[in-house]
Amino acid sequence: MTTTTHSRVPTGAARAASPAPSASGLRAHRAAKRRQLTAAGVLMTPFFALLVTVFLIPVGTAVYLSFFSDDQPGLGFGPERTVFVGLRSYAAVLTDPTFLGGLGTVALYCLIYIPLMVVGALALALLLDSGVVRLRALAQLGLFLPHAVPGIIAALIWLYLYTPGISPVIELFAKGDITIDFLGVHTVLPSIVNIALWSNLGYNMVVFYAALQAVPREVIEASVVDGAGPVRTALQVKTPLVRASIVMVSIFTLIWALQLFTEPMLLSQSSPMINSRFSPSMYIYDAAFTRNNYSLAAAASVVLLVCTIALSYGVTRFTSRADSEEAR
Amino acid sequence: MSAADSSLLRPKLLGRATVNVVVAVSVLYTLLPVLWLVLASTKNRDALFSSDLLSLSDFSLLQNLKDVFAMDGGLYGRWYVNSLLYAVVGAAVGALVSVACGYAFDKYRFRHKEKLFGLVLAAVMVPQTVLALPLYLMASEAGLVNTFWAVFIPVLFNPFGVYLGRIFARGYVPDEVLEAARVDGAGELTTYARVALRMLGPGLITVFLFQLTAIWNNFFLPMVMLSDQDLYPVSLGLYQWNSSASVSPEYYPVVIMGSLLAVLPLILAFVLLQRFWRSGLTAGAVK
Repeated sequence: MTTTTHSRVPTGAARAASPAPSASGLRAHRAAKRRQLTAAGVLMTPFFALLVTVFLIPVGTAVYLSFFSDDQPGLGFGPERTVFVGLRSYAAVLTDPTFLGGLGTVALYCLIYIPLMVVGALALALLLDSGVVRLRALAQLGLFLPHAVPGIIAALIWLYLYTPGISPVIELFAKGDITIDFLGVHTVLPSIVNIALWSNLGYNMVVFYAALQAVPREVIEASVVDGAGPVRTALQVKTPLVRASIVMVSIFTLIWALQLFTEPMLLSQSSPMINSRFSPSMYIYDAAFTRNNYSLAAAASVVLLVCTIALSYGVTRFTSRADSEEAR
Repeated sequence: MSAADSSLLRPKLLGRATVNVVVAVSVLYTLLPVLWLVLASTKNRDALFSSDLLSLSDFSLLQNLKDVFAMDGGLYGRWYVNSLLYAVVGAAVGALVSVACGYAFDKYRFRHKEKLFGLVLAAVMVPQTVLALPLYLMASEAGLVNTFWAVFIPVLFNPFGVYLGRIFARGYVPDEVLEAARVDGAGELTTYARVALRMLGPGLITVFLFQLTAIWNNFFLPMVMLSDQDLYPVSLGLYQWNSSASVSPEYYPVVIMGSLLAVLPLILAFVLLQRFWRSGLTAGAVK
């Protein structure tokens, strides 16, 4: 009750100061409002035109294609017709062992890659923030450098470092009498994790470091006064304070990881361990452009999309629940 | 903070050494592969396979440089120009479009605003592989498959840029400035173009850099859309050459040289524009 009266006072005062609300004043106000809406429309139209053409229509098309199929009647004679097949394509995708295998591969990839990435980047950021690292700016620049290397080129560099005969790494191992096959059946997934880690570690470290810089210094000093050592300060004071960026990095890393395509696609040129349906994205590419089975590719796309949305939503919900419990 | 306090903040000598070793090893991990690329680009094919990287006896950097631009009738130079067109023009147009939209989201009130913004954020989540087949079919309907536009138009779409644009508009353009411009009788769009856009400059450059990196990295879309080698960006071209290399090893040195050259523009962009993207990273992290 008090708040409403309180908020009304300045409005009344403002109204008294400006000319009395007449019909013409109201009209002018409406005209201004209309001008603002027009401006908003003009500024937003280009983006929303793109949103509709390269996002909404394609997503709609993917869903549509997944429920229809081009069937040739009879013995392949006569015109092709598009028929509604219901969930047939979904059944085909979800019972296809190569697709399920791809999902499993990506799930394993996420389980190894995401914790390594988040913990590694956060640990490096905390170390750099501890104030004992020499040449800090130079170290940051070095760690960030791979971000400027395009994904396909990062994969190329590492492919060569995994290739016997070219790789100085394998040579080094050989000198110690260790033979190592980076593209073998058990090593190929960790090798892909390594490429992704190498590419993105420094970038995410910078994101965490920027968030740590925003932590008020008094908070850290207070914890030191309370007798917390540097490790405890880092883990129990600083880390909870950058929770928002930890969640953000986790979600973006997850979304990118689920799309796994570039690295295995390139490595497949040299490793028989990677087939053309190694990950769901490669399965979609293979179904659409090698086998020309559009409804199968579309159904696989929708499954991948649903998994992505469900997992991102899960991460958001999980962390926000943890947040509210902490607040209690 | 006095000197005594700050010494309390620091771990003991051993801890300090450990921290420095860990960071140094991490930096070596990120730097050495790039260093390998630089060294390997100076080697001819035989030296490359003898893995004797540090010997300078077979210094053939210039020869490799000549070869990469001569291979297959000068395709590499063409790819490079294509990549620059896709990335620089695409990122410039895309950043302008996204930031304008983000600005409108922050400064104007209209119905269903937050729902629309939610749609924009949802678009960030959707995997590119999901959109590729429908985009291909649409482009083929429109007769755009295997043209410049088939790659150029989709890469303009940058929903994360709208999110950043909204944050920057809130941070850099005070509402009072707009009110003052309105009192002066300036039109809304004139105010945006003459006043707000200038204040949004650093944000615009941040969005530009993010998108430049993304387009320069783009590999999946060109692979789906393009069959004419003359339209390839560098990423797809090098992928193609690398697949030839397993059959004809004379491609190895040019793939390595080509990779090194393809890294340079982004490094240059990050060095020149570094004071801008730092602010962008913080804006993206603090919600």
